[in-house]
Amino acid sequence: MTLSEVFIILAKAVILMLSVSFVVLLLTYAERKALARIQQRMGPTRVGFRGILQPVADALKLITKEDILPTWADKGIYWLAPIAVFVPAFLMWVTIPVAQQVVVENLDLGLLYIVAISVLSVLGLVMAGWGSANKWAVMGGLRAAGQLISYEIPFIMAILGVVMLAQSLDLTEVVTQQNSVPFALVQPLGLFIFLTSALAELGRTPFDIHHAESEVVGGPFVEYSGAHWSIFFLAEYMNTFTIAVLTVLLFLGGWSWPIMPFDGFLHTTLSAIWLLLKTSAVIWLIFWIRGTYPRLRIDQLMAFGWKMLVPLSFLNILMTAVVLFYSIPLWVLTCLSGIFLVAAVYIIRFSASSSMERETIRLISAKELRSKVGIPPLETGGKPE
Amino acid sequence: MDGSIDLMINMGPQHPSTHGVFRLVIWVDGERIIKSEPHIGYLHRGSEKICESEHYAQIVTLFDRMDYVGNLNSELAFCLATEKIMDVDVPERAEYIRVILCELNRIASHMLFYGVYGLDAGAMTPILYAFREREKIQNLFESITGARMMHNYIRIGGIKEDLPGDFQKRIVEVLDHLKRGIEECDALISKNEMFLARTKGVGSISGSDAIDFGVTGPALRASGVAEDIRVTDSYSIYDRFDFNIPVGTYGDCWDRFYVRVEEMRESIKIIEQAVRSLPEGDISASVRRIVRPPKGEVFVRTESPRGDLAVFLVSDGTDKPYRVKVRAPSFANLQALEQMLQGAYLADAVLILGSIDLIMGEVDR
Repeated sequence: MTLSEVFIILAKAVILMLSVSFVVLLLTYAERKALARIQQRMGPTRVGFRGILQPVADALKLITKEDILPTWADKGIYWLAPIAVFVPAFLMWVTIPVAQQVVVENLDLGLLYIVAISVLSVLGLVMAGWGSANKWAVMGGLRAAGQLISYEIPFIMAILGVVMLAQSLDLTEVVTQQNSVPFALVQPLGLFIFLTSALAELGRTPFDIHHAESEVVGGPFVEYSGAHWSIFFLAEYMNTFTIAVLTVLLFLGGWSWPIMPFDGFLHTTLSAIWLLLKTSAVIWLIFWIRGTYPRLRIDQLMAFGWKMLVPLSFLNILMTAVVLFYSIPLWVLTCLSGIFLVAAVYIIRFSASSSMERETIRLISAKELRSKVGIPPLETGGKPE
Repeated sequence: MDGSIDLMINMGPQHPSTHGVFRLVIWVDGERIIKSEPHIGYLHRGSEKICESEHYAQIVTLFDRMDYVGNLNSELAFCLATEKIMDVDVPERAEYIRVILCELNRIASHMLFYGVYGLDAGAMTPILYAFREREKIQNLFESITGARMMHNYIRIGGIKEDLPGDFQKRIVEVLDHLKRGIEECDALISKNEMFLARTKGVGSISGSDAIDFGVTGPALRASGVAEDIRVTDSYSIYDRFDFNIPVGTYGDCWDRFYVRVEEMRESIKIIEQAVRSLPEGDISASVRRIVRPPKGEVFVRTESPRGDLAVFLVSDGTDKPYRVKVRAPSFANLQALEQMLQGAYLADAVLILGSIDLIMGEVDR
């Protein structure tokens, strides 16, 4: 390896680092503004024009804050944990393209690489939980381990469905295959499984169980402050962005325009912009979900993952395999997938709560109650099923 | 269970969802709660003892600070007790204004509960919707009483001042706004599948158990017991109004949550009736500034937003009470917590604790 090659690699890494950090800064601002919009507030308004510099101010604050080390903490693990979370999040970007040829290093087995790397971040969360020597952190870390490992299966299975359609693990090739029809139209069920399990992988509402503030007080991150906490934060947002980009690349047709008259530099730029537009739509959806839903309980989360998403993801693969093997036209797969998606949503909507009686409150008028003088009527309530 | 030990966890006093400084020690096996033990006293200010060295009129401000979310209801409890021992007749207009403000305060309190409960369940939007509604009530309070929270408005024998000139107009606006707001809040989370899954069947307590523990207010009504002091042991002029008492079935978290949502609607009905028939006249009986009630003792029960707020007052004929004992609903409701937590998940503990709607200022006093 010559010196110039080393320089090129370093330059690529630095550019990647800078651009991803910049995206994270934008995302924090976007999330705060989006949530504010949902919640009828203003969001940040003070720093810069409409608060646009707020993320910079936050970053400066975090960097200058004191790094606290708990007395009983396992020092090595405690300091390494943020890195163990951040590095996989960053490494994933090595093979994610934003346009044709615009990628650090296009790997033929890109998706395998991404899947393999993404699993690693669990380790960092467990390390953070254990190293903090805090009971809430340990609980959060264990929750994270259970949750992330369970949702890894449907996540990978959903990706596998796409791989089968594209006949390739190369992300650029996957996008090229979607030139005519995006895979979201072929596998709506796959998209649903992918997005849902990705939300769980990210630990975002309604699956933000491992760092639930009202339950485990921030989970693995409870003892961290300052720069180390901000690294977790950076990794979390980076992952959000990664998942959104992956959704676009795998299911929403990536950067491919329907008609593209230009070529060369203009083509690349427009493609990247198109990809980022789609990505921001997915990110907005994630924020929207965060602003709307409450959190699930850990057992409900596990039940949903193992009893719902895992079988569905197997079904998805099975359908795709049958359709591809017998060369059945793809619109059949679309229909099948759509039907199962509707069925799944129906089951989630009704079966999960069918045991729950909805109208359990009745109104007794004051007049009626006043007429029963003396001791109020005692009606003992039973336990629901 | 082989060789494993239960993990003891301190939930609070610095835990974000203990609604004040409350410490709950729980022993968990994984995520299951084996045993729990509430510890209180972090907000003890000795209010009851301080009452013994203050003039009667000054005590009203102390009651403001007990239930700091339902201030006016607290004030009313003490004033009713003093009026009863002195045998004062409160003018009609003052009674009506008291009822209007107390019911508004009940809505404000339940709104806060609604918002915070959403937060407990992990939804971050409800609290902002709830605060938007509560803000309207607080603004109205500010224009009437001069303060947003510690009003010191209900006085012995009546109220501090008459309503401002534009009250009729403003109350109509506020009620219109609240009606829409309550429906909006209800649509936001009450029937959400995940919220139902989280709260249905969690922390159930039967009606007889609830009575045994001394649970009162919405928490008791959620267990299917139709008991509301406003109706069953009516005070002030509550017997003149027509409204409904929402009663639950299972006494689980959702019932406790929704009883409060329904109660907000009923409170609006009471306010509307009271505003319609608001009479003209005096706002206060002629009571001396420093009152010296005759020797004796009284016991007065009122329905605060959290339940049966009762005051036991002993007078020795001087200008300061001999003893003031407050039966705080939050304190009594807290006793049932251990039973509700039995066998629940750790995540449920937050929801169960939230569903009792504790105000620590009232628990510790």
